[in-house]
Amino acid sequence: MPSGAAPSDFHRTILATWRIEQPRLIASLARMLRDVPLAEELTQDALVAALERWPETGIPDRPGAWLMATARRRAQEHLRRAPMLNRKHGMIAASLEAEQNAMPDDTSLDDDIGDEMLRLIFTACHPLIPAKSRATLALRMICGLTTEEIARAFLISEATVAQRIVRAKRLLSESGLVYETPRGEERDRRLPTVLEVIYLIFNEGYTAARGDDWLRPQLCDEARRLGRMLVALAPDQPEVHGLVALMELNGSRNAARTSPEGDPILLMDQDRRRWDALQIRRGLDALARARALGGGAGFYVLQAAIAACHARAAAPEETDWPSIAALYAQLSVLTNSPVVELNRAVAAAMIAGPAAGLAIVDAVAESSALRGYHLLPAVRGDLLQRLGRVAEARLAFADAAALATNARERTLLERRAAACEP
Amino acid sequence: MRYLFVVTSNHVAQPSPELMEAMHKMAQREIQAGRMLDDGGLLPQAMGAQVRVGNGELNVIDGPFIEAKEMIGGYAIFDLPGPDEALASAREFMQLHRDFMPGWEGTCEIRGIAGSMTHGS
Repeated sequence: MPSGAAPSDFHRTILATWRIEQPRLIASLARMLRDVPLAEELTQDALVAALERWPETGIPDRPGAWLMATARRRAQEHLRRAPMLNRKHGMIAASLEAEQNAMPDDTSLDDDIGDEMLRLIFTACHPLIPAKSRATLALRMICGLTTEEIARAFLISEATVAQRIVRAKRLLSESGLVYETPRGEERDRRLPTVLEVIYLIFNEGYTAARGDDWLRPQLCDEARRLGRMLVALAPDQPEVHGLVALMELNGSRNAARTSPEGDPILLMDQDRRRWDALQIRRGLDALARARALGGGAGFYVLQAAIAACHARAAAPEETDWPSIAALYAQLSVLTNSPVVELNRAVAAAMIAGPAAGLAIVDAVAESSALRGYHLLPAVRGDLLQRLGRVAEARLAFADAAALATNARERTLLERRAAACEP
Repeated sequence: MRYLFVVTSNHVAQPSPELMEAMHKMAQREIQAGRMLDDGGLLPQAMGAQVRVGNGELNVIDGPFIEAKEMIGGYAIFDLPGPDEALASAREFMQLHRDFMPGWEGTCEIRGIAGSMTHGS
């Protein structure tokens, strides 16, 4: 490393290396210690050591191996300090010595920790932990985001993030959970909570519910990497491929979804040349794999199939609305969700006209489960406008604007209300 | 954001088995981490072809070519949080060459892929 590099450059370089290495460090330490929170803590110690040492010594030739060796040393010190803690730890320490002695110098690439990684993901996403804290913990332990970065991404204070992490780790420590990879039925039962966490992270970036920006792509990117990670670790699960397909296909539109000023551009108005062809291809491939595994009717696969209908249409008028409506109908049965019904209404309107869509929307509105959800009056306004009922449409858009919590979306809805000529 | 890594070298020799093994392990790890999207080694230039436009004409050249000093040996496409991670990744990759194929010299060029980064990131 050139000696003239500024300290901030060093800091960024160290954090970048850290981000790449950290999940494997935690997974490796968790295997030694059988304790994820402790593993995370000692891994952080290794980062602190790097931040202290590297500005003096320069970046080591093999920074990953350096971090791994340092983290393992911390773990060994910990085990030696508390050898009598219980017999299990004593045994771990003994087998560890043997393992250490047999270990080659450069451990960073020779470590097959796929199973540990899967275990770590399942632990961070444990149903015992509240969903938002699961997302926080996953971003921290698996994606290597700092507290500050998570706070910025979720538009919450660093204190809140830190508190979530501390509480989640305490929950894990105190639960007496056996640290193991769930298998068979247990894995099938727990997999949805993991997928839910990844989807939550993706959606937080894809349609930022709050704040000034409509998109926070960093979260979409992290979620996609998590999804691919899960595909590599559990390739036999159709819903994992389905979720990856959904994220690739939806994410492929990101560049076209906002104007240069940052305003949202709706699907039918987007410049499709700006859709990301590589992501679309990856999404369609993942969807095909999900179907080949027999998962054609799962929650994520169905949504991915709908996204695929849009991705395949080179122009808005080429959209296969009958397929989309049929997929939404299938999804509606599966989820019994009013949001899905609302989407089905949009598809129905495209096939049979706005009146058909409006009938579904009004049925949804009666169930009142979506009271307070801005997209209900937004869709209603759109259909009313197309039916020429502009006065009602204006009121609906105004309702929607009042309910929208994202500034960009609110502005768009206000504009649509204003555009309804009396 | 997506990055293209292009490795160029004036070494015509195939990578040593040790280097192949190390690169394979790194690729496996990077795929498992969701970061590597694609990679590949390139066959010798002589087995390829060139289609050129120059002086208003289109020409297909089958080779043999005038050997360039540095030739592209392989590429990889990564999906990474940012340029710092790209640099860290490329450093690790090139260190493998240093460790497992002494005497090898070459360059790993890192290029961001346009359009793979959306507004605001």
